Amino acid sequence: MESTLFAELREIVGPRGLITSREELHTYECDGLTNFRVLPRAVLLPNSTEQVQKIVRVCYREKIPFVARGSGTGLSGGALPVENGVVISLTRMNKILEVDFPNARVAVEPGVINLDVTGRVEPQEYFYAPDPSSQSICSIGGNVAENSGGAHCLKYGFTTTHVLGLEVVLSDGSLVHFGGKTLDAPGYDLMGVFVGSEGTLGIATKIILRIVKRPECVQTLLAAFPSTNEAGAAVSDMIAAGMLPAAIEMMDNLAIQAAEAAVHANYPNCGALLLVELDGPVAEVAALMAHVDEICRKNGAWEIRVAQSDAERALVWKGRKAAFAAMGRISPNYIVQDGVIPRTALPNVMREIGRLSKEAGLRVANVFHAGDGNLHPLVLYDRRIPGHEEAAEALSSRILELCIAAGGSITGEHGVGEDKKKMMPKMYSEPDLETMQRVRCAFDPLQLSNPSKIFPRPRLCGEKPGEYVAHPLETAGIAERF
Amino acid sequence: MDASVSSKAIANTFEADVREIVTAKYVRTAAESDAVAGAQPSLVVEPGSEQELAKVLKLANSAGLAVIPRGGGTKLEWGNRPERADVILSMSRLNRVIEHAWADLTVSAEAGCTIAKLQETLAKHGQRLALDALWPERATVGGVLSTNDSGALRLRFGSLRDLVIGATVALADGTVASSGGKVVKNVAGYDLPKLVTGAFGTLGVMTRAIFRLHPLPRETRTISCVTADAREAQRLVLALQNSKLAHSALQIYCGGEAKPRVDVLFEGTEAGLTAQVEQVNSMMGSATTTDAGKDVWSARQAICSAEKNGNAEFAVAKFATLPARMADTFETIATLSVGKLRWNIVAQATGVGWARFEGEASAMDCALREFRANLERGGGSLVIAHRPGGITTFDAWGNAGDVLPLMSAVKQQFDPRGTLNPGRFVGGI
Repeated sequence: MESTLFAELREIVGPRGLITSREELHTYECDGLTNFRVLPRAVLLPNSTEQVQKIVRVCYREKIPFVARGSGTGLSGGALPVENGVVISLTRMNKILEVDFPNARVAVEPGVINLDVTGRVEPQEYFYAPDPSSQSICSIGGNVAENSGGAHCLKYGFTTTHVLGLEVVLSDGSLVHFGGKTLDAPGYDLMGVFVGSEGTLGIATKIILRIVKRPECVQTLLAAFPSTNEAGAAVSDMIAAGMLPAAIEMMDNLAIQAAEAAVHANYPNCGALLLVELDGPVAEVAALMAHVDEICRKNGAWEIRVAQSDAERALVWKGRKAAFAAMGRISPNYIVQDGVIPRTALPNVMREIGRLSKEAGLRVANVFHAGDGNLHPLVLYDRRIPGHEEAAEALSSRILELCIAAGGSITGEHGVGEDKKKMMPKMYSEPDLETMQRVRCAFDPLQLSNPSKIFPRPRLCGEKPGEYVAHPLETAGIAERF
Repeated sequence: MDASVSSKAIANTFEADVREIVTAKYVRTAAESDAVAGAQPSLVVEPGSEQELAKVLKLANSAGLAVIPRGGGTKLEWGNRPERADVILSMSRLNRVIEHAWADLTVSAEAGCTIAKLQETLAKHGQRLALDALWPERATVGGVLSTNDSGALRLRFGSLRDLVIGATVALADGTVASSGGKVVKNVAGYDLPKLVTGAFGTLGVMTRAIFRLHPLPRETRTISCVTADAREAQRLVLALQNSKLAHSALQIYCGGEAKPRVDVLFEGTEAGLTAQVEQVNSMMGSATTTDAGKDVWSARQAICSAEKNGNAEFAVAKFATLPARMADTFETIATLSVGKLRWNIVAQATGVGWARFEGEASAMDCALREFRANLERGGGSLVIAHRPGGITTFDAWGNAGDVLPLMSAVKQQFDPRGTLNPGRFVGGI
């Protein structure tokens, strides 16, 4: 049985496009969230849309679940294989298909690396705006699945803002096209639903992206505050003053120490660091930067630096972007959390995180996209100490509950995946989740595309949507259905 | 039993039940003025709460009655004529601004709240919904979202899909579901606010929405420039787009045979504006620029106006083309209209534009068909917002492509009995 199936799949992708040996399969048993591991039945490496369609048709016929995978950098277990399922890795589909400067569009295959899009259009001074910290290795296909953000989405928006068209293989192997190079295609915005659906609605095989002209000037200000409270107050004042910086990032003392140890970004040793980036026309940026400086000083910043060159700016960002990995310097193990709160809830939530951290006897480092309230608390622990890992997981969940209680979200950019599906009912009611799954039933009635992710309780698509109540006249035999 | 008698019995029972829910004061027989694109409903219901609305909807769904949700009624002509229209579900009583969390730059409002009322509330804290919708005095949050109406500010701030962060919808079976939330960044679950944006109320009735906000600009400046022809206008627009200027809006306006005018809007600090305006002037070369007022930005509303210009029949259509094909599009319109129709166009640098034609209905029918075919060949689209009397069956939507079966499947999941706006949307949905 298995050998016949493998032979058929090998016929589609060629001998080098099919992985079945246990040793090699281990590479694919998890994504960037390594505490969930499942060995897939096989891994397929198609190099064209046609091959993806053929593979999916076999899966559909045999009712084999499949999980699409890009670079595997996701942090929520979205690309975690499912029992008895196959993984479809899109890494070989890595061509930039078209670059159209007059219309500011780029068409790519899903395996293209995020930063390579910018690399390709950089000479004409364009860039691809979504910049997750993993941008040098993560793929556009994965970004589409997760609706990836990044530090600059405060001003530039998320992946969904920059995707204009998609070619998608649905779970029965059929090919559909959402959107295109022009805007506002007639009909439902299925592209809007597909982006961020974590691979549960099908596989994107071609993506049309919007590219953005580089601003005339970029300035990055670094301000040292006594604590996150003062830094948070400065952020609120900037927003209240009507500013929309390209990025506002915050790191607390523990995160600063870790980043320093890892990449020597030359950060001041302070309670909280604020990194504010403004971009735009020179005169505009100069006027606003003076105002930002004033706001930071008014809120107690004791050191303010403005990165003077591209090299200095790159170093400032290097510390921030390396912050997660840097935790390895100060702790043997850590959990990266991703929650969102309304910005104004920051002081309360920080105080609560501090209290919970003390209670649990575990350190928590904090890295935020402060402009949009996206928190990345890093819970530090030592797996070798009995009970530590469980305590860290419990603390990490408690932090998400704080986010929900503050009116926020359980994930701002990492996705729900396998990791947070148990939290979904805390954020949404049963009718909310049931309604989302109606979309899933329309796209993938057999639930073969990355099943068991996002939703804690999959809805059977045979279920009649909503309850049907017979009309009293019908029951009484007075009227018939018309 | 005779079908018409049975349906009448159901309608009577329904009406009695609805009176129970919303009280008799908020149920009335529909007038001629309540017609929707030529379809005459029989009842107008004004629920006072989300719960009442869901109950009424569920009852109508069970009774097999077709429901047309209505906000300010400014765009009821858009889309195809509904196959059936029994009940108008008016959002007029669900009109509150629920919460303006100004320090978090978000607002939540009920669907019947007018855009003008929303903007007034936001302006108290120096903020705005960065959207220049049509007829803001009457257009509502729900109506603007359902028709996906956006204007020139879209270039800088995105369209509604980029501004809406949460929505609550009542489904035909009475389910009330929310998705998204009140934080700007949120990837938990499917993005249903985007699904219902532009869905013309065919999936559910929007009851509440949450938006991200932007600060009101400190200063604004509009620069206009009359160009020699469509080619020059396009060259200028592409040059501005390829520059490092940070303009908020950019459009080409062309009134029939008159020379095309390019309008640019800048927002920001006085220092930033002055520097940018100087740069634009230098880019315009020989063409003269004028420091225009903000009136040029009402061009879209004038084109979309439902008022007849004298006795002439008219058509209004929204088109989407590639930014670099705008001159081609203008020339196509001119060629199709020559000697038969008068026309006005406004096109944004995004490639989305609006055209108004005036003249004989038969000539418009022919021109619209050819215009649509031309746009679709280039990957674009043409959606009709107003049809003249002679061609009321002209399809509003055009070709939805290979994704139509999937759209129908989504509709089937949300509204299996075809209760909401039946036949109004693309492909007969």
